Order: sequence, then structure tokens, then C-alpha cells
Amino acid sequence: MLQIKNVHASVEGKSILKGINLEVKAGEVHAIMGPNGSGKSTLASVIAGKEEFEMTEGEILLNAADITEMDPEERAHKGVFLSFQYPVSIPGVSVTNFIKTAINETRKAKGEGDMPASEMLKMIKEKAELLDIDRKFLSRSLNEGFSGGEKKRNEIFQMAMLEPKLAILDETDSGLDIDALKVVANGVNKLKNKDNAVVLITHYQRLLDYIVPDFVHVLMDGKIVKSGTKELAYELEEKGYDWIKEELV
Amino acid sequence: MDLKDKLLTSHIAFEDHLKADSPLHDLRANALKVFEAKGFPSKKEESWKYTSLKSLLKEEYNISPRGENAIEFKDVKQYFLHNVDTYKIVFIDGVYSSYLSETTHDGIDVCLLSSALDKSKYSPVIEAYFNKAAKLEGLTQLNTAFAKEGAYIHIPKNKEVDKPIEIIYFSTGNEAAMFSQPRNLIVADENAHVQIIERHQSLSSNAVLTNAVTEIFANKRAMVDYYKIQNDALSASLVDSTFIEQQRESICSVHTFSFGGQITRNNLHFKQEGEHCDSILNGITIIGEKQHVDHNTLVHHVAENCESHQDYKGIFDGSSTGVFNGKIYVEKEAQKLDAFQQNNNILISDKATINAKPQLEIFADDVKCSHGCTIGQLDNDALFYMRSRGIGQKEARALLMYAFANNVLESVKIPELKSRINKLIADKIGVSLGFEL
Repeated sequence: MLQIKNVHASVEGKSILKGINLEVKAGEVHAIMGPNGSGKSTLASVIAGKEEFEMTEGEILLNAADITEMDPEERAHKGVFLSFQYPVSIPGVSVTNFIKTAINETRKAKGEGDMPASEMLKMIKEKAELLDIDRKFLSRSLNEGFSGGEKKRNEIFQMAMLEPKLAILDETDSGLDIDALKVVANGVNKLKNKDNAVVLITHYQRLLDYIVPDFVHVLMDGKIVKSGTKELAYELEEKGYDWIKEELV
Repeated sequence: MDLKDKLLTSHIAFEDHLKADSPLHDLRANALKVFEAKGFPSKKEESWKYTSLKSLLKEEYNISPRGENAIEFKDVKQYFLHNVDTYKIVFIDGVYSSYLSETTHDGIDVCLLSSALDKSKYSPVIEAYFNKAAKLEGLTQLNTAFAKEGAYIHIPKNKEVDKPIEIIYFSTGNEAAMFSQPRNLIVADENAHVQIIERHQSLSSNAVLTNAVTEIFANKRAMVDYYKIQNDALSASLVDSTFIEQQRESICSVHTFSFGGQITRNNLHFKQEGEHCDSILNGITIIGEKQHVDHNTLVHHVAENCESHQDYKGIFDGSSTGVFNGKIYVEKEAQKLDAFQQNNNILISDKATINAKPQLEIFADDVKCSHGCTIGQLDNDALFYMRSRGIGQKEARALLMYAFANNVLESVKIPELKSRINKLIADKIGVSLGFEL
């Protein structure tokens, strides 16, 4: 599904990713962990196509198609979804209208017509229930005045509506208390299936108790230095990132 | 002969057409003298620093309309509100069109200034109000000197007008370049409620320069909502001076939607003479190419316990230029004031320019006055967020621009007008979205 081959990326001239290799197959959940500044969010932004980040080497393939040169919206049309660490607020645009536009723009790109209003409403209702989102919430301005937990739940609500093939969740657990975390994790787990894949970027192991990964990778100084199964996450929790640094020496 | 001389020499002939014993003769003569002394504003004047009328004044204007040119309703239907019943006062090349209008004297007066200036039954109102709010500026007094036709609206005590009133000035272009000077007088008596929509529309690509003056008097507890739609042809220019005087407990709002025209200058002055007044000044400007819009606002607070709220949003594309000059003047006696002024601007192209100058002159010591002014570009993080959800770049920019202008639309009280402005905004931004904000 996703193949990242020798990707180097920099921002404002500063090199952040120094040769990332990663393969994610359909149906898999991968976790990417690492200390602050290791390049985790950069990796997420580069996969989503954020223009401030320059990919200086390598390629990214989604279902064997090269998406390296594609605009962010094109990647979204191909099935990439990025759940932001800091979701942006857009005052004046309601949650509902935003997601309606996103869905219909994607359909337009595929040559399909707009989703019929009744179908859209039904889907909104369904996914809102899945994520325990109050109906009143949906008419509020996107992310304006939302708490951290509400913002993250809204990200997963969008994921549920857009049904992506590859979901990259960037520090989805940061700023969440245990109850909010459970709701978000439950949502992601319900959306997981054998045809899509999830990449979890996280600092703490806690999230991985709820969304169980098939593979765990450790990112340090712009490179994946160690890969393993979910046990690796427990080891990191216990021993810290310094343990890996020592191992590498 | 330049335009100023042309106007001065034409005045004698102009006055000849009017009644000999009219008290207005003196009024007009004095007004002409003021214009003669001050002339057209130049860039040397501080408040005209960024708006030059020089290129407009070079045209050979026809300054006296010859007579009513016919227009078919179907050709101008698009400029009226649909799906809502309204009163209409319509002029073609400065002359009243009874065919396109719908006036009334049933409990309220929605009719013509020419009648009001002429017929004795209107004298009490004319004597009490006409030219009482207009300032002693060159262009305003020029309009007064030649004031003959326009809208006359008088709403008596406690009357709530059941339908909005549309005032439309059409220019047919049959007169080559045209200079027109409409004059509106609106008087709302105690506790009267009225909603008015005004627009100027040129129907050709010939040059039009309109020097309009509107006086609005809101008596105690009156409510006046005024909406200006400025979406004229790119060959039409407008100087609009609107003066509003408010008595105690009145609420007046003016929304100015500036999308069209070549050069548009809006002078909007509010004076709160009584306690517990509320003044609302809102504007959305969306222009491009080489258009120019200048908003010059003044809210003059004289009495205690009042409020004023200003929110002007501007989006500038191409090589357009915008000016915002917002002054809040608070007299010593105007204590317990709550005044707010906000001007936010987005530059979409790097050739667009905006000059913004908020001004607060506060002489009272127990007041709350805040103002904010921003000039920026579309938020890149917001754009990326939208694109990451599959919204194309063009649509993402449009959505952000909509969202930016949105809260000003929220205060529009006529649903049909709100959706009409919504569509105009969509047209200007060049994208149609599947929903209304």
C-alpha cells in the first residue's frame, strides 16, 4: 500500500529526514515513535504533501503509484488522510459544511457527482454517533473554541467520513485524557479493515494499548533506527530512548 | 471648460426651472458658494490622500439629464430583489420611472424628493430636516446646490414598515458620459422601523460619475437598517456621502457591499445625539483589477451610554487599492460608551494595496473603545488543512475568503438580500460552492 523509499526531506534548508525506508501493507497498523525533534511530524507532512517541506531525495508510492510530485488534494483523492497534531481552526465554516465540501470535491475529482443530501446526512449522523459527537457540535465553526479532545475527535470524524486508504495519525493522543483517548481509539479501530492501513505517530506508548500496532518503528535524527513488534513499544516505555542510542553505538 | 466651471455656470439655468419663491433658493445659492470656494477635493487634503478624482474629472460629462429613457423591466430584473415584496423608488438617468417603481402614501411616505421639495404638505419635514445633517464639504454642498431628485422616505411614529424599500438609480449610457447627483432624505419618527436597500447601476460601458448624498434622521427609539449594494459597472464611479443623526435609544445600521465600480468613495458619518444609541457600520469589499474603494467613516459620540460597532472586511486582488479611514470621536460628555472598530484586510495579489488608518479621539474618561486593524494574506496552514482533505487549492482559497467575509453577512436582516450578496461574493471570488455559509 505505502512504500517510502530513501526519502530525504528538509525545511527552510535544514535537513530533517535523512533516508527513510518504510513499507506498509493493507490491513496493517504501524506505529512510529521517537524523541522530540526526530522528524515524526515532518514525515507525516511529507507523506501528505505539505509544500513547506522539500523532498530532496527518494520517492513515495501509494498502491504502486508515485505520489511524490502530487499536490496535497491529489494525494487526498488517492486516499491519503492526515490527522493533524494541531488541527487548524477555520472560523465561519461549519464542521458539516467543511466535510460536505471535502467529500464532494473528492467525488468531483473522480468524475462522480455530489453525494445526495439524504445520503450525506445519514452518513454524518452515523459517524457522529460512532465518535460520540453531539449533533449541535456539527454546526459550530470548524475547530473554533474546541478543546484538545474535541479537535482530535473531529479529526477522526473527518477520517470516518472520508474513508481513506491510508490514515496517518500525527500525535493523535497528545492533549487527551484517558476517556477522550478511548473514544478516539475506538473510532479508529472501528474504521480499520483489511483494505486500509494506519500509521500512528506517537510519542507515548499509551495509545498503543488501545490501537494495537502490527509493527513499531523508532525514528531518531531523521532515520528509522529500529523496527519491531508491539513489544518494542513496551521496551521503550521502560528503558527510554537513550537505550536505543546506546544500542546503536 | 472644466467640470467645476461647467457646473457653476449651469446653476442659473438649473434654478430657473424651480419655483421662484422657494426657500430652497437661498439654501442652494449658499451651497454653491461653498462648492465654488472649496472645489473638488484633491490629494492635498488629508482625507483624500489616497483617492484621486483627477482622472474622473477629465471626462466630458453631461450634467443635465434630458428626459426619461425607457428601460424594459426584463432587462433590469436582475438588479431587484426577487422572492420578497418591496417598495421601489427607481430613477433612470436621474428621472423618476413610475413604470419600474412602487411608491406609497398609505400611512407612510415612500416617494420622490422632487415632490417633497415642491408640495407644501411636505414643508414641515423639509424645513426641519433637509440639509440639516449634511456637512459643509465641497462635494456635499455641490449636491445640495443641485439637489432636485431622489428618494423621500418618511415613516411616522410607531410605524413598522412591512416591506423593505429598494432605491435604484439606473444610468442608460444614452447620454455618453453622465454626471449625476441624487439626493435622498429619510426621516424615521419615534419608534419607526424601516429597511432600505440602495444601489446605483450603469447599464452601459460609458463613464458615469455619481455624487450622491443621503441624510437619515432617526428619532427616539427608531430603527433604520440601510444596505448599500455597490456592484456597478467598471466604468462607473461613485462618491457617496451618507449622514445619519440619531436621537436617544435609536438603532441605525449601514451595510456597505463594495464589489464593483471603478472608483468608489464612501463617506459615512454617524452622529449620536441622544443617550442609549446604537450605531452599526459594516462593510465587505471584494475588488480586483484596477478598482479602488475608499471607506471614510466617522462615528461622533455626544451623549452617554451609547454603543457603536464597526466591522469592515476587505479582499483585494489584482492591482486594486483600498483605503479605510475610520474615526471614532468621543466628546467629553459621552461617558459609559462601548465602541468597537475592526478592519481586516486580505491581499490576494502582491500588486494590491491597502491603506488603513483607524483613529480614536477620546475626550471622555469612562469609556470602552477598542479597535483592531489587520492586513494579511490567506492562512497557509488553513489552506494546507483543507487541501489535505481533498479540497482543491482554488476552492480552498474561496472557502477561506467566504469564511473571512461571513460574519459581516450574518447581521443582514433580509434573508433574500443575504443570499443575493452571498451569490455576488461567489461570483467575485470566481467559484460556486455547494452550500451557503
